[in-house]
Amino acid sequence: MTATIEPEVGKARSRKEDARLITGRTRWTDNLTLPGLLHLAILRSPFAHARINSIDTSEAKTRPGVIAVYTATDLDPDGSIGLPCAWPITPDMKSPRRPVLAADTVNFAGEGVAVVVARSKAEATDALEAIEVDYEELPVVLGLENALAEGAPLVHEELGTNRNALWVFDSGEAGSGGNVEEAISGAEVVVKRRFRQQRLIPAFMEPRSCMVDPTGAQITMWSATQVPHILKTMAALTLGIPEHKLRVIAPDVGGGFGGKLAVIPEETMSLLVAQKLGKPVKWTESRSETMLAAHHGRDQVQDITIAANRDGTVTGLKVELLADMGAYLGLVGPGVPILGAFMFNAIYKIPAYHFACTTVFTNTTLTDAYRGAGRPEATFGIERIMDELAAELGMEPMELRKKNWIKHEEFPFTTVAGLTYDSGNYEAATEKAMQLFDYDGLRREQKERRDRNDPVQLGIGISTFTEMCGLAPSRVVGSLDYGAGGWEAASIRMLATGKVEVVTGASAHGQGHETAWSQIVADQLGVPFEDVEVLHGDTQSSAKGLDTYGSRSLVVGGIAVVKAAEKVVTKARTIAAHLMECSPDDLEFAQGKFTVRGTDKSTTIQDIAFSAFLAHNLPDGIEPTLDSDAVFDPENFSFPHGTHLCAAEVDTETGRVNLRSYVCVDDIGSVVNPLIVEGQVHGGLAQGIAQALFEEAVYDESGTLTTGTFADYLLPSAADLPSFTTDRTETPSTTNPLGVKGVGEAGTIASTPAVVNAVVDAVRHLGVDDIEMPCSPMRVWAAVHRGQKDAGGLGSEAGGGLGSIDASGGAQ
Amino acid sequence: MRITVTVDGTQYSDEVEPRTLLVHYLRETLGKVGTVIGCDTSNCGACTVHLNGQSVKSCSVLAVQADGCEITTIEGLARDGQLHPVQQAFHDNHALQCGFCTPGMIMQSIDLLADNPDPDEKAVREGLEGNLCRCTGYQNIVRAVRDAAQHMSPGAGPEAERVDGSGVREPSAIGGE
Ligand code: FES
Ligand code: FES
Repeated sequence: MTATIEPEVGKARSRKEDARLITGRTRWTDNLTLPGLLHLAILRSPFAHARINSIDTSEAKTRPGVIAVYTATDLDPDGSIGLPCAWPITPDMKSPRRPVLAADTVNFAGEGVAVVVARSKAEATDALEAIEVDYEELPVVLGLENALAEGAPLVHEELGTNRNALWVFDSGEAGSGGNVEEAISGAEVVVKRRFRQQRLIPAFMEPRSCMVDPTGAQITMWSATQVPHILKTMAALTLGIPEHKLRVIAPDVGGGFGGKLAVIPEETMSLLVAQKLGKPVKWTESRSETMLAAHHGRDQVQDITIAANRDGTVTGLKVELLADMGAYLGLVGPGVPILGAFMFNAIYKIPAYHFACTTVFTNTTLTDAYRGAGRPEATFGIERIMDELAAELGMEPMELRKKNWIKHEEFPFTTVAGLTYDSGNYEAATEKAMQLFDYDGLRREQKERRDRNDPVQLGIGISTFTEMCGLAPSRVVGSLDYGAGGWEAASIRMLATGKVEVVTGASAHGQGHETAWSQIVADQLGVPFEDVEVLHGDTQSSAKGLDTYGSRSLVVGGIAVVKAAEKVVTKARTIAAHLMECSPDDLEFAQGKFTVRGTDKSTTIQDIAFSAFLAHNLPDGIEPTLDSDAVFDPENFSFPHGTHLCAAEVDTETGRVNLRSYVCVDDIGSVVNPLIVEGQVHGGLAQGIAQALFEEAVYDESGTLTTGTFADYLLPSAADLPSFTTDRTETPSTTNPLGVKGVGEAGTIASTPAVVNAVVDAVRHLGVDDIEMPCSPMRVWAAVHRGQKDAGGLGSEAGGGLGSIDASGGAQ
Repeated sequence: MRITVTVDGTQYSDEVEPRTLLVHYLRETLGKVGTVIGCDTSNCGACTVHLNGQSVKSCSVLAVQADGCEITTIEGLARDGQLHPVQQAFHDNHALQCGFCTPGMIMQSIDLLADNPDPDEKAVREGLEGNLCRCTGYQNIVRAVRDAAQHMSPGAGPEAERVDGSGVREPSAIGGE
């Protein structure tokens, strides 16, 4: 048994996971089956808002293969079951019950009204047609402003309002900064803007699916979920299944992006049906169902006011948000915009800050976590308005950022929103990015194109961003009324033969935990990478856990693994000392070997594992076997940052946007596996760019989702995206032993404003100061033409061309 | 209707309903669950297989249309424990994350390389236009396909996977596990 020599952490290891994924041996939930398995299909409302007068299921029950048909009254006769919202953001937040199936009214198109159980999926789906529902259409309310208008139809009549909650942070009141109104009224320059965050669909590639087997001593549930542990607890709480009688397994999961951070009606329904019939059942959705009924993301209107001195020093920031929750509250839905509250001030030293968020109900699919959750929205808002402020001041946008950002020597830095950023070096990342990008060269080319009235103009977009990763610390998230802790658990079991099983509570859905955790453990214990097996996604093997979302896996879960390994080494040291008849302090541990200091007497950790297993000769008070458990609850979030630069060519005649180059330098602290990191950044960029240019969930005026398939919802393909130049700086986090910060969301958070800033920058001299997302050719073309009309034609140097800006502050 | 097909080298004969899609036949009747379903509009490409050596979206083909045909799925690519060069290249270039799109991507990439043994970046991107991936941003997929091209003899596309075919590459060992 030889110990590894090269450190594993930091190595671009190709992934352990790949072997099964590239050969089609993957355990997707829909690939699994059980003897006697029955299949579910769900009848969904075609109306966005309607009263259900009656449902006739008698005909459907006679259809071939059909075993049962259930409505709300069958599954939940007293109407007591509600899907949980675990993040009540204010004490008076309105939390209407979200039923498993709609009983009297449907509140969005796609809400389930009945479920068919049949021998095959096809038979179940066929029988849906035979169910007769008598709907009485009700007035529909769509759009945030409409929902709050006087006399608007109400989504939930009994609440008397579509207003859900109002959450406010004020730096004056919190004592973390000054008073914003004073800052604004005393400012030399004030820029005010309204930005829209269009509604997006997470669109993980594996549709959601779950299978329930109620026939054992425990109920076993397989689900394509990001959150098996949370699901288990929530199912126990909402359905009264004793927690120890439920086992949840998330086998291989095909992407999530927050879209599978949920406890969904279909999972609950499957549990209820399986228990009722005493037979295993499976539900797998079609893509159209995903689009319609799996939660959406974003959907905010942001009113942002920024105050500054003429020299560019920002003096105050005020953010008023409206956030569309859809028809019900999702698991963490209301908390999503609140996460943004802490990120609007971004990397800047802002002396006064006010944030107010109104959450609103509409007759649409609910919104909830989506990659970045709150932070992309905030980053977009601040990075867009910084560009608009720069234009108003006639300042180079990068110079404006440099003037206001937190300097390297100022860390740790407590922001106006009350967070303490542990470490960062915005200068280094920016310098590297500007060089890779050829910032000055592109600015020169931009000017040349403007000078010659080139029909294709060049724009440069900047996004210097930070985010908060690693959700935990439990006590902090508790103070925000989040309904769970944020810790993560890990166990390490050294087996008799010296091989290692690692159990993590952070179950993965494509992030490569099996590889990264193996690298960490290989270094910590000094065992070969190949000798480590990582187990996750099963509440039986990983009894404790809080799952994977918000870039918390490595920063919280990975550190739990380190803690567990440290305990294993400590125990092994005690045993080694006993066997080698020395004091534990006399032992050096390196690369899997305990050596008696100053001698060549040594033993390996694998040998100690075997001794611990035999237990023939252990020190007093030491339990047999070599294993340990750890739970890590960090003391702070982590704060990755970076500089993203985008060069966009905009055809002023067609509105077409071509991304010419995209450079990002991210600082995510120390890196465990650069290959995985690079992949995460690429994927994140694609998703953020998609928001800027392609994707939008659109409802027509009756509340029908018109972008309900991949034919209408423009998920970018390989042909729609460029290759990216990605690089890193490494400023280790000071709050965890690996120095890691998290990377899952960085690309998405930073790229959207970089791209939109580039598009606007390309045509700003034509009188354009904003283009709503997604910046489709039509929108870009229209903006250019509007701008030219306002500003007096192509080629006019209209000093920023701030056609519609409300720069009311002006000089005092 | 009764159909007879050869899937990954094994002949099957089954009674199928006329409306059964090939992907459902593969998954439900044959248990070939390596081929997956990502959409219901033939847009995502997750279900791509080879039908007589040509890539097709198996959700857009009826099982009865495959009668008498030879089908290769992701499960039939590796031979004698050796990965297909495209599989190997996906692994080597970290061209997958969750892996749900991966079987379809690999099958499509093989077909692409059969048509164009040395594609440039643009050709790869255009050749994969019908296959969606939500995780990778495609960059490493493009890299993998171009890398695979360097390890395959020209024309060693779907032809070479024919069970009776003699197309030979230099396969690398299955890595990772
Ligand atoms: S499942 Fe066949 S193309 Fe999407
Ligand atoms: S790897 Fe997840 S969809 Fe492509």
